[in-house]
Amino acid sequence: MSSPVIISIRGLTRSFGDVHAVTGIDLDIYEGEFITLLGPSGSGKTTVLRMIAGFEKPDAGSISLSGKDVSQLPPYERDVNTVFQDYALFPHMNVLSNIEYGLRVKGVAKAERLERATEALHQVRLEGYGERKPSQLSGGQRQRVALARALVNRPSVLLLDEPLGALDLKLREQMQIELKALQRAVGITFIFVTHDQEEALTMSDRIAVFNQGKIEQLGTPREIYNSPRSSFVSEFVGQTNKIQIADEKINIRPEYITISNTHIEDSRVAKGVLKDIIFVGATTRYLVETDFGLIIANNPKETLVLGSSVHLSWDKNKEFLVR
Amino acid sequence: MTISRNARMFLAALLGVGLAFIYIPLSVVVINSFNASKTFSWPPSRFTTIWWTKALENTGVREALKWSIFAGLSATAIALVLGTCLAFAVSRYQFFGREVISLLVVLPISLPGVVTGIALNNAFTKQLGMSTGLLTVVIGHATFCIVIVYNNAIARLRRMGTNLQEASMDLGANGITTFRLITLPNLASALFAGGLLAFGLSFDEIVVTTFTAGPGIQTLPIWIYNNLFRPNQAPIVNVVAATLVVLSVVPIYLSQRLSQDSTTGGRF
Repeated sequence: MSSPVIISIRGLTRSFGDVHAVTGIDLDIYEGEFITLLGPSGSGKTTVLRMIAGFEKPDAGSISLSGKDVSQLPPYERDVNTVFQDYALFPHMNVLSNIEYGLRVKGVAKAERLERATEALHQVRLEGYGERKPSQLSGGQRQRVALARALVNRPSVLLLDEPLGALDLKLREQMQIELKALQRAVGITFIFVTHDQEEALTMSDRIAVFNQGKIEQLGTPREIYNSPRSSFVSEFVGQTNKIQIADEKINIRPEYITISNTHIEDSRVAKGVLKDIIFVGATTRYLVETDFGLIIANNPKETLVLGSSVHLSWDKNKEFLVR
Repeated sequence: MTISRNARMFLAALLGVGLAFIYIPLSVVVINSFNASKTFSWPPSRFTTIWWTKALENTGVREALKWSIFAGLSATAIALVLGTCLAFAVSRYQFFGREVISLLVVLPISLPGVVTGIALNNAFTKQLGMSTGLLTVVIGHATFCIVIVYNNAIARLRRMGTNLQEASMDLGANGITTFRLITLPNLASALFAGGLLAFGLSFDEIVVTTFTAGPGIQTLPIWIYNNLFRPNQAPIVNVVAATLVVLSVVPIYLSQRLSQDSTTGGRF
């Protein structure tokens, strides 16, 4: 990355009683990037986000924002804004007042406030909704208001805490694309927290995979997906076949395995019996019982019959090693 | 669940009897306050407003009404401040003995009034060397008014959660601004409802008042009690009782309306 570092995290640690939520994390976040903190619940990703926002104080370590240590500052003295999981819109204010709130408490003049709030409403395609109360909006609309309320302040970093979790699948996919486009348009650094690996792969410039309070792997979506460095990452992001051939431990993604009625030459081949066919929409999973155990393959050569003998083949270069 | 026709009629009749038991005697009080007969012969012989005029002209009644309103407002004001602070402490902070404090605050509502009254009287006159008067009445009433405000405030605070406050601070507002612009507006309807209920309770309280008022102060309920068996005063007692009924209904009705208000409140 050529962009300058905007957030620099060193040795960040935080416990809640006996629970070690975050255990000594180092992370540099670059200006203008879309970085995702990905991990299962309880992996520490949300705690890191809350420490960047200022809702939690770290037990140890530092968070620098634009070169200044902010880890002990209250939330209202940090140049970051948050989009909350449940949106946290103020129920007693209309949409416009919600969006203006940050500018209002910072003493921005009324005319400028209105202008910037109107522009923010336009950005999230909610023109004409300014007078409505949050209770009169749909989930997707509330989400956009929360986004506008944060963006109108032009923070140097926007924090998003599983903001799409409450939306249905269709809307979620649409918002993923919109969010990414919006981030490109405004050029603000986005730190996005999610447990949804597909969401992380779709939107991010880089992904930090969290497990038990530590970052397991940091890299681009391609790096994370194609060369996972630990078995945790390989299992959490996408599906993986773990195969033992002689002394070799092999990891291979199902989509790289071709399945056929006849032998196909490749750097790896295996034979087996087709045990099950699972239709999952865009792909179909073929479960094959081989001498090396159950292998899942997603890449059929032709129509296959349940219970018949089949041949598997894949390129050895697509395999990856894990710790 | 379906209920048979007979069972439904039986339950309706039961409800009717129950309500009749409560409200027919109350209606009689109100009707008798307009009954021209001094001995309340039934049915009322003639309609009159003379008792109401007499009651209004009665200095004892006017004094008592003044004290009742003053004591109610003061106790409610104390309860609003202390009850809200307590609710904040218990709902927002973790500290040693939190559950115990929560219980201790709520307990006075279920303590027998006579016990609270005697205990307070003893504490005021013997331990603190105070003379009983308006101040002691206000403190006595505040002990159970706090419970009402506290319960209302803590329920609302728990339902609100901390997200709105966090969002406000995230957007650049400090603690005081957040309280003023976010927390208080969302808490206001709960506090108003609690305050009305507390005032209603204070306004018709008699037991604790008896022990804390001393000879100089008469609230409306105490005035009724003292004049109940004076034959000449009976019609005026009726008027005062009718007033108390009406004045108690209004706060209860309003506070019920407010409590039903939207999940997060704040809309008047």
